[in-house]
Amino acid sequence: MGSEVGDRSGGKGVGARLQRREDERYLRGRGRFVGDIRLPGMLELAFVRSPVAHARVRRVAKPAEGGERVFAAADLTGVSGIRADSGLPGFRSSVQPILAGDKVRHVGEPLAACLAETRALAEDLAERVELDLEELPAVHDMLRARDPGAPLLHEHWDENAFLESAVEVGFEAAVAGAAAVVRRTFRTARQCMAPIEGRGCVAVWDRQLEQLTLHSATQMPHIVRTGLAGCLGLDHGQVRVVAPDVGGGFGYKGVLLGEEVCAAWLAMKLDRPVRWLEDRREALTGGANCREHHYEVVGYAAADGELLAVDCRAIVDSGAYSIYPFSACLEAAQVASILPGPYRMRGYRCRTWSVCTNKPPILPFRGVARTGVCFAMELTMDALARELKIGPEEIRRLNLATPEEMPFTNITNKYFDSGDYPEALRRAVEAIDLPGLRARQRAQDPAARRRLGVGFSIFCEQGAHGTSVYHGWGIPMVPGFEQATARLTPDGGLELRVGVQSHGQGMETTLAQVAYEELGVDPAKVKLVHGDTALTPYSTGTWGSRCAVMAGGAVAAASAALAGRVRAIAGHLLQARPDEVVLADGVARAGGAEVSIEEIARTWYLKPQLLPPDADPRGLEATEGYKTARDTGTFSYACHAVTVEVDLDLGQVRLLDYAIVEDAGTMINPMVVDGQVLGGTVQGIGTALFEEMPFDAAGQPLASTLADYHLPVASDIPAIRILHMETPSPLSRFGQKGIGESGAIGPPAAIANAVNDALATLGAEVAEIPLTPERVLRALAAAEPRRA
Amino acid sequence: MKPAPFDYSAAGDLSDARRLLAGGAAKPVSGSQSLGPMLNLRLARPGRLVDVSALPELRAVAETAGAVTLGAAITHAEIEDGEVPDPTGGWLREAAGNIAYRAVRNRGTLGGSLAHADPAADWLIVMTGLGATAIVEGPQGRRRVAIEDFAVGPFVTALGAEELLVAVEVPRPGAGASWGYWKFARQVGEFAKASAAVLLDRQKGRLRCAVGALGRPPLLLGDPEGLIEGQVSPAAALRAALPERPAEALVLHVTALTRALAQARGGEEGR
Repeated sequence: MGSEVGDRSGGKGVGARLQRREDERYLRGRGRFVGDIRLPGMLELAFVRSPVAHARVRRVAKPAEGGERVFAAADLTGVSGIRADSGLPGFRSSVQPILAGDKVRHVGEPLAACLAETRALAEDLAERVELDLEELPAVHDMLRARDPGAPLLHEHWDENAFLESAVEVGFEAAVAGAAAVVRRTFRTARQCMAPIEGRGCVAVWDRQLEQLTLHSATQMPHIVRTGLAGCLGLDHGQVRVVAPDVGGGFGYKGVLLGEEVCAAWLAMKLDRPVRWLEDRREALTGGANCREHHYEVVGYAAADGELLAVDCRAIVDSGAYSIYPFSACLEAAQVASILPGPYRMRGYRCRTWSVCTNKPPILPFRGVARTGVCFAMELTMDALARELKIGPEEIRRLNLATPEEMPFTNITNKYFDSGDYPEALRRAVEAIDLPGLRARQRAQDPAARRRLGVGFSIFCEQGAHGTSVYHGWGIPMVPGFEQATARLTPDGGLELRVGVQSHGQGMETTLAQVAYEELGVDPAKVKLVHGDTALTPYSTGTWGSRCAVMAGGAVAAASAALAGRVRAIAGHLLQARPDEVVLADGVARAGGAEVSIEEIARTWYLKPQLLPPDADPRGLEATEGYKTARDTGTFSYACHAVTVEVDLDLGQVRLLDYAIVEDAGTMINPMVVDGQVLGGTVQGIGTALFEEMPFDAAGQPLASTLADYHLPVASDIPAIRILHMETPSPLSRFGQKGIGESGAIGPPAAIANAVNDALATLGAEVAEIPLTPERVLRALAAAEPRRA
Repeated sequence: MKPAPFDYSAAGDLSDARRLLAGGAAKPVSGSQSLGPMLNLRLARPGRLVDVSALPELRAVAETAGAVTLGAAITHAEIEDGEVPDPTGGWLREAAGNIAYRAVRNRGTLGGSLAHADPAADWLIVMTGLGATAIVEGPQGRRRVAIEDFAVGPFVTALGAEELLVAVEVPRPGAGASWGYWKFARQVGEFAKASAAVLLDRQKGRLRCAVGALGRPPLLLGDPEGLIEGQVSPAAALRAALPERPAEALVLHVTALTRALAQARGGEEGR
C-alpha cells in the first residue's frame, strides 16, 4: 500500500501520521464489548423468529414448563412499535412491531422473547414455543411488488410502496440531438452487512436512579435513547444509552432495533439485567439487509462525446418496514439526487420507488445508495464510450466538472465545494498504466481463454451534509449543530467529550490531533469520552462520513474556547497579555518565559489563591457547537482503476492491480484515511464479486451462514495502492472532507467496467452484481448468438 | 446458534467406541469441522457424541509393498505436513494443503471428511481418483468398501448405523504414474464448485477419471482411456454420463476435468 503524502506537520496535530492509540487495546484483545458485559442476575434472551415471510399469526403457544419466561406481543404492555416516517408527501407509514402480533412480514421477524440463565437454555425454551401461522403469499420480487393484485404487506395501503418520487430538469430539450443512446438494466444484490461484532445489548434498570441503562453495540447512542424513550413511553431522563467498544458498524449499528426495545422492556418488567447477543444466523437471515437496487437507465450523448442527459427509473427493495431513524426512503432519496454525480449534463430525469416486500427492512450500509448509483452511472458512461468508440478515460475527461468550475453546482443542485476530478482521473490512468495495458491486450491471442480488462470509476462522496439536505430528503432524523466539550483535568490532561461514537474510525487518535492544533496538549494525554448519553453532548452520532468534519470542527471550537481561558491564566502567571501567549508542546510561552499547561490546570483547580480576583469563572471547561459554513456537505471524491483477468471457462474474475486516487481534502491523519479507504474498498470488492443474499419465491433467505454468504477474504484482495490528492474544503475547519464511506462506493463499478472491457471483443456485457462465475458465464452465453 | 443438549463420551479404544455407538442413537465425532456447525444450527441432534479422535486404531498407519493404510482420525494437517507417509509421493500432501484453511486442517480428519460425504469435499474425490479402499468396522466385524461404493448419495454413505470408518487404504502408484487434481473454489477456504481427479498409472493398469462437486457422489467416468488419449472430449464424456443435466450446469466441471487431465499429462494448462 502506498501513499504519496508524507507527514507534513512533523508533530502531533492535523496531518500527522500518528499510530492509532486505541489499537493497543483492540489488538491485544483488551477491548470491552457488549458481549464482555456480565451483570449479576443477568438473563440471556433468545427470540422465536418467524420461519415464513408472510403470515397471519393465529397463535403463539407458550410451553407448559418455562412459559413464564416467554413473552409474546400481547405481554408487551405500554410499548409502541417503531415508526420512522418520511417527511415527503405521499409516504406510506409502517409500524414495525417489537414482537409481531397479528402478522409477520419477513422471515426472522421476532414473535416471542425467551429468557434463561444461558443463551443455550433460552434457545431450548424458544424451541418449545409453538407457532400457528396462516401463511400468505409473499412479495419477494421488487419488480412485481407494485403489480395490481399483489398481496399487500400493510393492508391499509393501496400498493406495496413506501414512496415514489420524480425529478426532471430540462430533459426533453437535452435529448433532441443525441447521437448515441444506450439503454441498460442494472441490478445490485441484496447484501448483509457483516461487522465482526454483531448487534447486541444489555439492558438494566437502576432502581435508585429510576433509570434504564441500555449498553448497546450502536453507532448513535443519543438517537437510540430518543427512539427507545419514545417506544417505552419514558422520559429521556429515565434512559441512558452506553456504547462500549463497538466492533465495526458500517450502518448496521445506526438503527434502533426492536430487539433492543424488547430487552429494555424485559429488564424493567423483571427488574433483572437482560442481555441479547445476536448470532450470525440472526444477522444474515433477519437483520443486516442492505443495498438491493434495480435501475433502468438511458444515457444520451452527442457525437463529440458530450453527455447530454440521463434518464433513470430506479427501484429500491426497502423490505417490510421503515426503520428508525433513516426511514425506508434514504436510499431512493439519494439515488434521485446523486446519480448525476460530478458530471455536467443538460437534462436529467429520474423516478424512484421505495417498494415494500416480505424481506427484512433495508438498512444503510457504508456508501448507502452511492455504491449502486456509481455502478449504474459509471457502467452507463462506459456503454456510451463503447457506442461512440472512444476510451472510458476520454468520455469521463470530456464530461467531468473542471477545477475552474468549482464550486460546481450540478444538475440536481449538489454544491461541489472543491476538487480537481479530471486530475484524479489522469493520475489513475497513469497509475494503472492504461497505455501499457492496452498494448498487452492487443498482444493477446484472440483465442485466449483468459482475457485482460481495465476499468475505471469516478465518483464523489457527499459527507457531513446537514440540516437542509436531510430535511429535503424527508429523513426523520435531521442533524443540526455538533457539539463537543473540552476540559482540562487538574494534572493537565485533556478530556474531550463528543456525542459521536468511535467504532473503529480511530477518533481517539484523530480528535486528539485536532485538539493538539488548538491547545498543544500531547495526544497521549487526551482522553476521548464518547458513546455514553450521560457523559456527552447530544449528537445524531457516527454515520454519513460526518465525524472528521463535524466532531472535528466541534472539538476544534471547544478546544479554541478552552485555549482562550488557558491563555488568560497563563498571561496572569507570566505577566504577559493573553494574546501574547502561545500554546505548544504542553507549554504556554510568552516572551522568554513559559509555564506548563499542567501548572496552569493545577493553579485553576487546586491553587486558586494564585489567580486574580477577576479570573474568568467559567474555568477550564468549554462546550462549543459547530456547523460547516454551508450544510450542503463536503465532497470528497476518488477515481478507482482496476485491471482484471477473466477466465472464460470459469467465469472467474481475478483482480490483478488496483489503484485509487483519493481526495479527502486536508487529512487529519493520513494513515487513518488510508485505513478507511482500504477497508471500504475491500467491502466494495465484496459487493462487486461475492456478497449476495438470495431469496426464493416464498421469501426465504437462502444464505444462513457464512459458508453460503461469501465475504471477501485476504486472498481475494490485490495490493491496493492509494494515491492522495489534497484539495482543502472551503467549508470545514481545516479543509478536511468526509471520507469514511468512499472506498466502498467505487469497486463494483470499476470492476464491472474492467470485466466488460475484457469481454468487449466477445460482445458480452455484465450488468448485475455480484459478478459470480454463473453471471459471467451467462453473459458470455448470451453473447454467443450475437457473435454467430 | 447453540446446539441442542447432547451427551459426550470420549472413547478409549475401538471396542469402547463400538460399545458407546451401539444402538445407533450416538454419533461419532472426530475433528468436528462439519458436524460442529450442524450441531450449532441444530440441524444435527444426536443424543450422544462419541469422540473417536484419539482411538489408537484410528490414529494408526500401516505400510505394505502395495499400499499405505491411514487411520481415519489422522488430520489433514498431519498429511499436509508429511507426518504420515504419502504413498503417492506428494499428491496427498498437496491435496491436503489445499483443503479449506489451516485452522480447519488442524482439526479436520481424513475419516471424518469421508464419512460426512459432502459431495464438494476434497478427500472423497481424491480417494476416488486414487482408487482407495475404506476399512469399516461394525457389529458384524470388519469389511472393505471400494471408495466408489462408499458414498451412496450426498451426505450419505454405505456405513451402517453402528459402523465406524476405521482407516483408508491408499494404493501405491506404479513407476511413471502421473496425477491431476483440479478444483475450482472461488475463494480460499470455500468448498469446490467443481473438481476432478485423474490417475494415469499404466504400470499398474489403473486409469481413473473422476469428477466431483456434482451434488452427488463422485462420478467415475467409464472411458478414462478415451479421455486421456483425447478421443473423447471432457464435455462429451460428462454429457454422456449425466444426460439429465443441462450443458450450462456442467461448464465448470468440464473445465475442471480438462485441467485435471492436462495436469496428469504434464501440461501447463492445468495449473
